[in-house]
Amino acid sequence: MSFYDLIQHYRGQNLSEYLYGFTDRDILRVLCKNRLSPEDFLALISPAAAGHLEKMAVKAHELTIRHFGKAIVLFAPMYIANYCVNQCVYCSFNHQNQLERKRLSIEEFQQEAIKISASGIRHILLLTGESRTESSPEYIEEIVTEAKRYFSSITLEICPLSRDEYESLIYSGADGLTIYQEVYDENVYKLMHPFGPKRNYRYRLDTPERACMAGMRTVGIGALLGLGEWRTEAFFTALHAQYLSHKYPDVELSISLPRIRPHTGSFDIPYAIGDREFVQIMLAFRLFLPHVGITISTRERAEFRDNLLGLGVTRMSAGSITAVGGYSNKNGNGQFQVSDGRSVDEVRQMLYQKGYQPVFKDWQYIQEGGRHFAGN
Amino acid sequence: MDDQLIIGNKRIFNRLFVGSGKYSSNRLIPHIMQESGSQVITVAVRRVDLESTEENLLNHIPAAAILMPNTSGARNAGEAVRIAKLARAMGCGNWIKIEVIADSRYLLPDNQDTLKATEILVTEGFTVFPYMRPELMTARRMRDAGASAVMPLGAPIGTNQGLKTRELIKIMIDEIDIPVIVDAGIGKPSEAAEAMELGAAAVLVNTAIATAGNPVEMAAAFSLAVKAGRKAYLAGTAPVFHLAQASSPLTGFLDKDNGDL
Repeated sequence: MSFYDLIQHYRGQNLSEYLYGFTDRDILRVLCKNRLSPEDFLALISPAAAGHLEKMAVKAHELTIRHFGKAIVLFAPMYIANYCVNQCVYCSFNHQNQLERKRLSIEEFQQEAIKISASGIRHILLLTGESRTESSPEYIEEIVTEAKRYFSSITLEICPLSRDEYESLIYSGADGLTIYQEVYDENVYKLMHPFGPKRNYRYRLDTPERACMAGMRTVGIGALLGLGEWRTEAFFTALHAQYLSHKYPDVELSISLPRIRPHTGSFDIPYAIGDREFVQIMLAFRLFLPHVGITISTRERAEFRDNLLGLGVTRMSAGSITAVGGYSNKNGNGQFQVSDGRSVDEVRQMLYQKGYQPVFKDWQYIQEGGRHFAGN
Repeated sequence: MDDQLIIGNKRIFNRLFVGSGKYSSNRLIPHIMQESGSQVITVAVRRVDLESTEENLLNHIPAAAILMPNTSGARNAGEAVRIAKLARAMGCGNWIKIEVIADSRYLLPDNQDTLKATEILVTEGFTVFPYMRPELMTARRMRDAGASAVMPLGAPIGTNQGLKTRELIKIMIDEIDIPVIVDAGIGKPSEAAEAMELGAAAVLVNTAIATAGNPVEMAAAFSLAVKAGRKAYLAGTAPVFHLAQASSPLTGFLDKDNGDL
């Protein structure tokens, strides 16, 4: 059974009606439990739970400290190419947008890597648009091989690939994959992705599982908050994480909460969500999946990120630039506007002030990684 | 005579081993070690960054401390062996705590692969400390393979539940002739004392210290508890009876009339 089948099971049910049926008493009952069911998760994202955020926060804080300690892993994104054949209506890399397209050469990559690693960052997230010709798996492999000289953990956020391709990338040195479904509602998904290979909902949905099967050490998922009705989107994200975590217990899973940001091109956010809702989703994730990492990017503003610290966050990006080549050359259009423009050092200082240890290195590249090559 | 634990060529007088993860700042580590008197500290190789000066964990560890690098992050024996070799190449010495964990939810160690890694690393010349689920047969095999100690868990990592595996650990202590070091799960000093009273050679505590309100004070409290438990074990704890001992024993008459014997 794939996760798609599980989604189908829930699709037939009227989740919205169910969500509005929870009472205060249901929420308190869930807060007393140690092991939550998917129905309990629904209770935590229901309107009734909105009145219990503080109680949820206290428990989320306690669980996070117990599982992860007072430590936050820092990473930086590096956009290595922005060629894209898709037409995601919400994204500035959209094929139809007039945007200077670029792909880093090895030399340009080195310049970016030198800049980023000089700030102390050892965990890098390499991103591309979707173009198998401009950012082919072979090109990405070349970059990953080079990236090992500068970074100790390499996560990819690239177009969905096959299991074999992931195995090759792991062999080259990648240890993590981030792949957002963007929106779990299949009908909305079709609207948001009118053309291009990304239109294939199911292939994208099964991508994190292919990465787990290939032996990726860390896999990150998420829904782009704002595209679909947030409660059901959060529910399917949580279910997806739980499904992967049960089936692949040796993979370190993480959930991101990317909230859609203004960008090049015009797009009205269909379901804009506020800070309260954002916090409610994050707390519900933590309570439902205490062992799963939670990543917050610089899409969120500095003050808000600082306040989220005690509520379940385990990984943060810092000093991010979302334009290709942007670390060494300040021009160029990013994929989205960064809201937290602080430097890595400023974020580091803030963490210490808040009583958290900034962790720059939480993985060590070991040769011949990956399940395939370990002989399992 | 001093009560010391000798492992490899190291003499250990303080039987509280500490961890180095989960602290709000690595700068706490020297204070923790000083206040507790702890000599042995375990360090995740994955967190060691030799290229960073300020954020290099190793720079915060007192020079006199005994370093026990661990293979945190290894999912199988092969990865544990590679991480161990990296630790040695990084200059972290010859000791290695093997952690093989393939379940991110409960963080329970994989005894089979841990044994496999133990066998390989002993032949490579490491002083090996396997972290394991308490189980006598596997512990014996680890000892036969040349492990310098075994490290059974008291409860799953980070849970602070105490000695949930007490009876199994007791059997290991009674039956295994290498040091048994209780690692993981100990949440309070009283539980550390309990492990030491049972006859554990040492205890390793991380989460309970790192996430305490005052980690430095808590480390000192653990150190006292470990000393108390050890002293009680050496003194020979008095037996426990379920019935009160009558002051006029039922068989007292046997003592009165023994002149004929």
